[in-house]
Amino acid sequence: MAVMAPTIKPSIAARLQRSRSDRRRAVFDRTMRTVALLAALICVVPLGAVILFVVINGAPALNLDLLTKTPKALGTGGGAATAILGSLQMIPLAAVLAVPIGIAAAVYVAEFSGSRSARIVRFAADVMVGIPSILVGIFVFTLLVLPFHQFNAFAGSVALALLMIPVVMRTSEEILRLVPGSLREASLALGIPMWRTVLSVVLRTGLSGILTGVMLAVARAFGETAPLLFTALGSRLVNVGDFGRPMDSLPVFVYTNARAPITALNQQAWGAALLLLLIVLTINVAVRARSFRRNVS
Amino acid sequence: MTTARLPGRSLEGGSGGAADRLFRNGTRIAGGFLVVALIAIGLMLWLSSSEAFGAFGLSFVTGLVWDPVAAVYGALPFVVGTILTSLIAVIIAAPIGLLTAVFLAELAPRRLSIPLTFMIELLAAIPSVVYGLWGVFILGPFLGHTIEAWTVEHFGWIPIFAGPPYGIGLFTAGIILAIMIVPTIVSIAREVISSVPASQREAMAALGATRWETVTKAVLPFARSGIIGAIILGLGRALGETMAVTMVIGNGQNIPRGLFDQAQTIASKIATSFNEASLGLQTSSLIALGFILLVITIALNVVARLLVWRVAGPPGRS
Repeated sequence: MAVMAPTIKPSIAARLQRSRSDRRRAVFDRTMRTVALLAALICVVPLGAVILFVVINGAPALNLDLLTKTPKALGTGGGAATAILGSLQMIPLAAVLAVPIGIAAAVYVAEFSGSRSARIVRFAADVMVGIPSILVGIFVFTLLVLPFHQFNAFAGSVALALLMIPVVMRTSEEILRLVPGSLREASLALGIPMWRTVLSVVLRTGLSGILTGVMLAVARAFGETAPLLFTALGSRLVNVGDFGRPMDSLPVFVYTNARAPITALNQQAWGAALLLLLIVLTINVAVRARSFRRNVS
Repeated sequence: MTTARLPGRSLEGGSGGAADRLFRNGTRIAGGFLVVALIAIGLMLWLSSSEAFGAFGLSFVTGLVWDPVAAVYGALPFVVGTILTSLIAVIIAAPIGLLTAVFLAELAPRRLSIPLTFMIELLAAIPSVVYGLWGVFILGPFLGHTIEAWTVEHFGWIPIFAGPPYGIGLFTAGIILAIMIVPTIVSIAREVISSVPASQREAMAALGATRWETVTKAVLPFARSGIIGAIILGLGRALGETMAVTMVIGNGQNIPRGLFDQAQTIASKIATSFNEASLGLQTSSLIALGFILLVITIALNVVARLLVWRVAGPPGRS
């Protein structure tokens, strides 16, 4: 907001009279603007510090062993392959569950619903975003773990999906809202039924924006630990495809190894944390840079 | 956003054959799913915690002892731990976040505000568990050797600054939380500040005010309730944050006496104890902790959203 005070030349006398307080105000103005700049810089210091130390401590540990070996049952050695495999299975399933529901809910709110029900659904999504993820973990535990007396990866995916749905829904809805009404009218005027109009015109137009939201939700799911603790639990055993049993994941691997009283395992935690950070930041940077470019051009 | 409500934007009431109706109902189910899921979460936590509330009544909330052996469960130490860590976080993050939001929205040139905004968004993307790892091995020891050691040495005679400076406990947890909630406060406060009408600034500037005077005397008062909302949303996030706090707060089972004491928050207590708890009263008590947390966070979120809407308008309406 570049609002400049218009420069008016006051009379010499008035200027002399006011100059002292004016100077003080100008100094105060400059000081506070500098303070605000400093505050902004302080905000980004932790970003640098976290990335720096995760790279320093994680780089030596992020080697082929970490990527390909499974954890040893006892003691040190081994790697995070189980955890990587687990994340790569649970997150796609979570996305498969969450994305259709999230987008469909966004379509409902943006295209079909009256303003009252739209507000209710939107409000529910906002509140759900604010619910601590560990409580979603407890919820899914009572729903999908307790009845089967077995921690299982499916419950983990459902917990992640519950966290992704409101994110996907809110971002998609924002995008659908930007699709011009004239496109819908043109399509409907051609006699194309409503459902085709939504699928082939409205969603098609907003596709890249919706994908942005989906990718951001996926990135977030990659890092979620708390909802997995009571659902997929974590496991030292390789689990490929058996969603009825416990499954390890990268964030849970970081957590358990960080708590282990063995330095070698702590180092593995750093390595896995670096991997996690690389995944999450790559998705974020790629997606945000793309949508940023679109906004500018 | 500048889209006005375009005529014919809504497809409601279109002619619609069977396929259309099917499609519309499908999306309605998805929308309803969100509402149902939210209610189900609340209901399930309430039902699962009824055993604990039935056994202890309201004294569950005020109980000081959490003792699985004696089967006595009181939530107060964890409630206090949650409130204290979140307060530390908000006290640190609110002024810094607000100043940053002002800087990004009002003062910074575009070539500075864009990369800074981008970096602050990345800060929000870092997984909680990575913050925890960094906190327990880097930040905690650093604080323990510097700020905490110094404070204990010079002000240790004041009870709340006593205690060994381990770098693990309330203070470190508060700092980590502050870092984690700054992005929330900045992004929402910035949005609220940006939505203040330009006429407010112009009028102030026309009176000869400096930039800073314009901000503090015209912009911020106008945006006040929204800014409070942003801070409350940050607070809500701090209350429920689990992994990072669990990793740096140590394991204190009592109400912390000093700033550097070990403690537990509701979320960290659940995270560390849930899987070892025996089913029945102990699990129910842990879920009851969760229910308390749910009620607090939902209440805060609702209040905060309403405050933000008062300034920026409800979403999708501007």
